[in-house]
Amino acid sequence: MSLFPYLVAAWLFCIGLYGVVTSRNFIHLVMCLAVVQSSTYVLLLTIGYRIGGMPPVFAGVPVGTPAVDPVVQALMLTDIVVEATVVALLLSLAVQVHKGTGTLNPDHLRELQG
Amino acid sequence: MSLSSIVAHITALPVATPLGTAAVLAALNKFLPRRMADTLAILATLVTLFTETLLLYSVRSQPFVYWYGGWAPRSGAALGICFVIDPLSCALAMLISVLVLVAFVFSLRYFDSIGTMFHVLVLGFLAAMSGFAFTGDLFNLFVFFELMSASAFALCGYKNEETTAQQGALNFAITNTIGAFLVLCGIAMLYSRTGALNMAQIGRALGQQSDATVITAFVFLLVGFYVKAAIFPFHFWLADAHAVAPTPVCILFSGIMVQLGVYAVARVYWAIMAGPFAAHRGALMSLLLVIGTITSLLGAIMCFGQRHLKRLLAFSTISHTGLLVIGFALLDPHALSGVALYVAGHGLVKASLFIGAGILLHRYGSVDELELRGRAQRHHFSGIVFLLGALGLAGVPPNLTFLGEHAIDHAATLVHQDWIPVIFAFSGAITSAAVLRVYGRVYLGWGDRESLRTGKQIPEERETAGPHHRIPAVMILPAFLMVIAALGLTLTPKLRRAAETGAFTMADTAAYQSRVLDGAHLPNTFAPPGQTALTPTLISTSCAIVFGLLLAAWSLSPLWPKQDVIVRPFKLVMGGLRSLHSGHVGDYVAFLTLGAAAIGIVLGLLIRRFGM
Amino acid sequence: MNPRFRRYFFLISVVAFFGVFAWGLHDLPPFGHYRGPYGDILNHVAVYERHATDVVTAVNFDYRGFDTLGEESILFMSVIGTSLLLRPQKKETDNNDGKADNSLQRDLDESERRRAPAASDAARVLTLALVGPLIVFGWYIVTHGQLTPGGGFQGGVILATPPLLVYLAGDLKTFKRITRQEWVEAIEGAGIFGFVLVGLLGLFVGGAFLQNLLPLGQTGSVISAGTVALLNIATGLAVSGGFVQLIYVFLEQTLEVKLRVQGGK
Repeated sequence: MSLFPYLVAAWLFCIGLYGVVTSRNFIHLVMCLAVVQSSTYVLLLTIGYRIGGMPPVFAGVPVGTPAVDPVVQALMLTDIVVEATVVALLLSLAVQVHKGTGTLNPDHLRELQG
Repeated sequence: MSLSSIVAHITALPVATPLGTAAVLAALNKFLPRRMADTLAILATLVTLFTETLLLYSVRSQPFVYWYGGWAPRSGAALGICFVIDPLSCALAMLISVLVLVAFVFSLRYFDSIGTMFHVLVLGFLAAMSGFAFTGDLFNLFVFFELMSASAFALCGYKNEETTAQQGALNFAITNTIGAFLVLCGIAMLYSRTGALNMAQIGRALGQQSDATVITAFVFLLVGFYVKAAIFPFHFWLADAHAVAPTPVCILFSGIMVQLGVYAVARVYWAIMAGPFAAHRGALMSLLLVIGTITSLLGAIMCFGQRHLKRLLAFSTISHTGLLVIGFALLDPHALSGVALYVAGHGLVKASLFIGAGILLHRYGSVDELELRGRAQRHHFSGIVFLLGALGLAGVPPNLTFLGEHAIDHAATLVHQDWIPVIFAFSGAITSAAVLRVYGRVYLGWGDRESLRTGKQIPEERETAGPHHRIPAVMILPAFLMVIAALGLTLTPKLRRAAETGAFTMADTAAYQSRVLDGAHLPNTFAPPGQTALTPTLISTSCAIVFGLLLAAWSLSPLWPKQDVIVRPFKLVMGGLRSLHSGHVGDYVAFLTLGAAAIGIVLGLLIRRFGM
Repeated sequence: MNPRFRRYFFLISVVAFFGVFAWGLHDLPPFGHYRGPYGDILNHVAVYERHATDVVTAVNFDYRGFDTLGEESILFMSVIGTSLLLRPQKKETDNNDGKADNSLQRDLDESERRRAPAASDAARVLTLALVGPLIVFGWYIVTHGQLTPGGGFQGGVILATPPLLVYLAGDLKTFKRITRQEWVEAIEGAGIFGFVLVGLLGLFVGGAFLQNLLPLGQTGSVISAGTVALLNIATGLAVSGGFVQLIYVFLEQTLEVKLRVQGGK
């Protein structure tokens, strides 16, 4: 069933969201966000795949050999490194929350209600 | 060198100048004195503004397309990334630069800046928003969206001594990151279907087909961008973020960042989706009208019930952005011109209102309405900002918001949605009533010490260095300039005509695709001539401001009902609404998921089952 | 919402959301049959036009170079943001009764030497032995991006690991010396500025921003693909500087906490 790889991406997205919603620890929550992020990578890479295609690196290989899509790989490349730093940003926010309030549990932090 | 070739060369500058300056400021972080950093940052913003003015001048008759790296499209397939410079995007970019300039001026000398980091982040924010306004490539749009978000998250959590700041920033960051991922999924689906990332190329390749992938992709893009635009049910993060972010950052968030979400959906719709949804306009219109109306009303009601000034203004932003969505929902170029004017007017007015709140914070150390009661009685002058701001929120002429509201109202009556002017009037009335009530309580000393609103008091610390007994010129001047600009720009000759030209050019899908992919040199699309009567809108906005004044006065007077039997149902409703805005990120994401699913299901059903 | 209600509320929503997502995915081209023109066009022309055998790098730094500038800026802003958020708060530097930052450093070093367990000999030898090869390897990856999978981003991350290895070897003094804020921030800024500069150079020569104007060289040799090599190096600098900054900022937090926990001098 050729729909299966795409469904894996959708499943990862949903499972990551579940982690985010039910998390009791901000570090865990940010890591679940990373899972959601990886689901977008899976989606993009499965979209660019070609059965029997080689990597889009033509070192010593004649141009014209069927290769997979280089564009999605290029997008993913930069995105992975970038999202790592965004996750670092979120984690630093979590660290600050912990330093300030002593807890990482979203349920115990209700100062912004209303 | 001709003017057009010079202009072609400066297209990259609105993005390159702020980024280059940010890089220099960051590299010299420990060596630059504060004055130098301020000067460099303001200089970079002025250069960007000047560049954009030149660009606007050069596209007054014909837009142009700029290809990065020199990669022109081949036989209709785009290889590189392009910027599409048309009048509307230039005007938007100019508004962005003006607001960033105001933020920098406000933070001159007094704002507690850590080395050059504040300037670096705001310059990055400026570069991102400018690129966002101009780009013609879908993934490039996403990249600038992410750049905007990264800078915004850090700026929001700026006050790292306050624990609430970090929580607000976390709520903001987590919800917006999920929104960004949804946008990426939408882009992936469109890429898979069409094999292109350029908006015009995708639009052309899709033609009129509106199958499940296209609909779902549009839903994901819509939801992702509307998370940024703080539309119900994705709006919960905005109030939290505004409550904790420093004032110059709030100016930028409410003034322009949120509206860019609405712009993105409009751009995506008219560049890509106008064809596929041509047969389903009714479905999309109904869906967006409902969402916009709920957002607007909810924002207005929550706004009135706040005591924290910045949260109050944040909810009013939500309300007015809901009005923008209503304007867009009409899917009509006339309404789009109204949306553009409204964005400009609201941005200027909201910036000055936030400066007003920032002035109160600087002078009195608080933004709590009840705590500030009567304390500013000797500073009537700065209170005028609140008065004029309230007029702007209600859309009273001669404000830019009035012109915008008129265009949208007129377009609404043409499609027999006569209830839309009522929503505009109602939201305008309630939000202006809230601001007028603030004026009355803080600057005139009216109203009770306590009130029925039982919202918790969120403490806020000063963000500026002393001396605190005066209001510095760098704060009060921009505030007045902004409100006066909102009033004065209305008198620009042929402003409405210009806005219509911009809107019609943006909405002309075929011409857009032709310019980008075929290199055609098509002039701007002009609106059909004809004047519209301003009287109906005049009446509705007058009613709005009168109602707002009465409501504000009533809420401050002893006549405001305190008897339990009258008050109890309102307390229940407000209490229920407030508990929804719980401050817990899990709730926000749950609502996000529900909203995304609901929008997808409703749109799918409307198109497939009901053939709308 | 209480946690249980939230969970059920969300489960219903996410099932619906998954349904919408799956409905949208089912109309996609079947897996493994990539159709679209963009990738195929680039696969055919990139090697000839850009003399680069790695099409992915050519896409990243030439065809879609403007995106890469944006992505690098995101990295840059996130790192600045993290440094901003984790900056020493007033109450932390006041731990030593308002003494200047220098004495805090001194106290840190002292406490570390006295109380932190030293790294074992094996760890020290291994990590320090890896530093040199990793730097070489990192630069190799950065400069060969146009030939084989690699480039500025990957190489930059590799280049950021030697300082971490030095920290793991227990050599805090060297770690603090090589991660001095001024240098790291200068490297980061230089990376971004270099990218923008290369882009602007295109303007001065009469082309477009980020136009590839250097001689393209011979396909398959290290000096090829024109400005792609320069942009790779700029990106490598920015990424390595950024990650070193991140490592430094987070490790600094660990040391801070340790200092406070160990009796708060």
